[in-house]
Amino acid sequence: MIGSLLRRLTRRLAGTDSSYRRGDGRVALLFLLPDLIPFLAFTVLGVFATFGLSFSRWDLVTTPSWVGLDNYSNLFSDDLFRKVVRNTFVYTLGVVPLSTALALLAALGLNLKLPGSLVLRTAYFAPYITTLAAAALVFQWVYDPRAGLIDSVLYAIGVPNPPEWLNSTFWALPALIIFGIWRQIGFNIVLFLAGLQGVDRNMLEAASVDGAGRWARFRYITLPLISPTTFFVVIISTIGSFQVFDQAYVMTNGRFYPDNATNTVVGYLFQKAFVSSTAELGLSSAVAWLLFLFVFAITMIQFAVQRRWVHYG
Amino acid sequence: MPVLRERRPLTARQRAWRIAIWLLLVAGALLVSLPFIYMVVSSVETNEQIGALTPQFIPNPIQWDNYATVWQQLPVGRFFVNSLIVAGAITVGQVITASMAAYAFSRLRFPGRSLLFAGYLATLIIPFQVTLIPNYILIHYLGWNNTYQGLIAPFISSVFSTFLLRQFFLGIPNDLEEAALLDGAGHWIIYSRVIMPLARPALAAVVIFAFLGSWNNFLWPLVVIDSESLKTLPLGIVEFEGEYTIQWNLLMAGASLSLLPVLAVYLAAQRWIVEGITLTGQGGR
Repeated sequence: MIGSLLRRLTRRLAGTDSSYRRGDGRVALLFLLPDLIPFLAFTVLGVFATFGLSFSRWDLVTTPSWVGLDNYSNLFSDDLFRKVVRNTFVYTLGVVPLSTALALLAALGLNLKLPGSLVLRTAYFAPYITTLAAAALVFQWVYDPRAGLIDSVLYAIGVPNPPEWLNSTFWALPALIIFGIWRQIGFNIVLFLAGLQGVDRNMLEAASVDGAGRWARFRYITLPLISPTTFFVVIISTIGSFQVFDQAYVMTNGRFYPDNATNTVVGYLFQKAFVSSTAELGLSSAVAWLLFLFVFAITMIQFAVQRRWVHYG
Repeated sequence: MPVLRERRPLTARQRAWRIAIWLLLVAGALLVSLPFIYMVVSSVETNEQIGALTPQFIPNPIQWDNYATVWQQLPVGRFFVNSLIVAGAITVGQVITASMAAYAFSRLRFPGRSLLFAGYLATLIIPFQVTLIPNYILIHYLGWNNTYQGLIAPFISSVFSTFLLRQFFLGIPNDLEEAALLDGAGHWIIYSRVIMPLARPALAAVVIFAFLGSWNNFLWPLVVIDSESLKTLPLGIVEFEGEYTIQWNLLMAGASLSLLPVLAVYLAAQRWIVEGITLTGQGGR
């Protein structure tokens, strides 16, 4: 969707832009200003300011000082930063493939329009729409190692030592991942259902007549035809996963226990700017800028490799 | 070209497949809904029941008082009103700013239009957290920490909403406004009398996304709000957790109070949400 739009845009930019209408410029400015002013102040200025601040040391009280690349070299030598980067990668690698695959399976099922499909779709989609922080609170209780839903059931069926989930350095991150999948899946389903609308039924039936089985029809017809959707789902959920913060903060009462097992890149950014005794706005900005570069790089890489496996009709 | 074809009756094998798939879908939907069910059940349990080590799935007796208790211990009403004010202002703001900008992008021909729109689109991939620090500094210097305007300002315009409306406006045929132009109507009239009424479905999507996005926002209120009286609902409920020994039944009552309105909006407006996502490939977050 955004991909094809960008391509169309670049094509238009390369050619001569179509005719302008006399007087439209001034009217356009008036129509654009209410949107443009906040956009410039908070987004455009924000991105450049983050970049500039990342070379400074500033606590909002004293005057800022230029420190060159110190913030970046400090980050790369900080064990905690390496850990939060690792956690964020593991989280993303857990959430993106699983939520994409499960959503595709569910969408294929829902697309059969079996009885109650609408109710089922509503159920799958509900987590995406709910307040993240409140839903995380519910999951903190679900994960409670004594009386929570999962462990009390595990005890009841005779598992002697069920995982301590958020209290365990091993299980805390998987607990976050499960929550992430739960939250993301409905959104992906909606996109896949839209993508499946574009799959020609006649083509599937023709293949069926020619003796292609379910798997062959899926593998050689459906999957290639919905590859733009799959591509889009992967990009959007990768970018989203890299921003993971709210759920980790809420489930651990803002402490990212045990031993930062659930701390993330954004969690680190937040702590350095707003929790540590002196606000390290420069260092936090360096983290933010790295996050931006990373998201940008992922998007570019995915656009580059899509040629191999995405078929636009 | 739609082809009429008679439905072949399903073979026994196909019917078995369909039943198996349906059962799987139902099981998955139940699993996904389980946390909500557990939340509501826990919210009306007694302290003894909720602390019990054996799973308690049926509250006995149903203790509705938990809701009253939460309401008394916490200024839930206050949080609720704060969330409503902030989400309301952001929603109205985005409808105005985004629809006007979308009109310019879709109906006016001015130099640099494509370039400016490409610039808008490019920022869609920038996570909010990337601009968090400068936004905080800006709000700090405006003296807007701990104010409604501090909560509202960064979200008063939205590239996503502008994008969504522009896509929709492009699909509205030109005939009507050309007639209006011949009658001497200016752009403001065309925008407010022709385009806006026709754009109701897309505006509904913007309203819902803006409202839910604001209602769900956690990081920004966490950063700019200290005072109890200005906390939004998610922030208030979550910070309640830290202040007392954890009473899960009360916390779940609080969570229900903040989630149920959102779920209600979703059930009522599901169609627009799904259409909005399909139109733009994004949700308003």
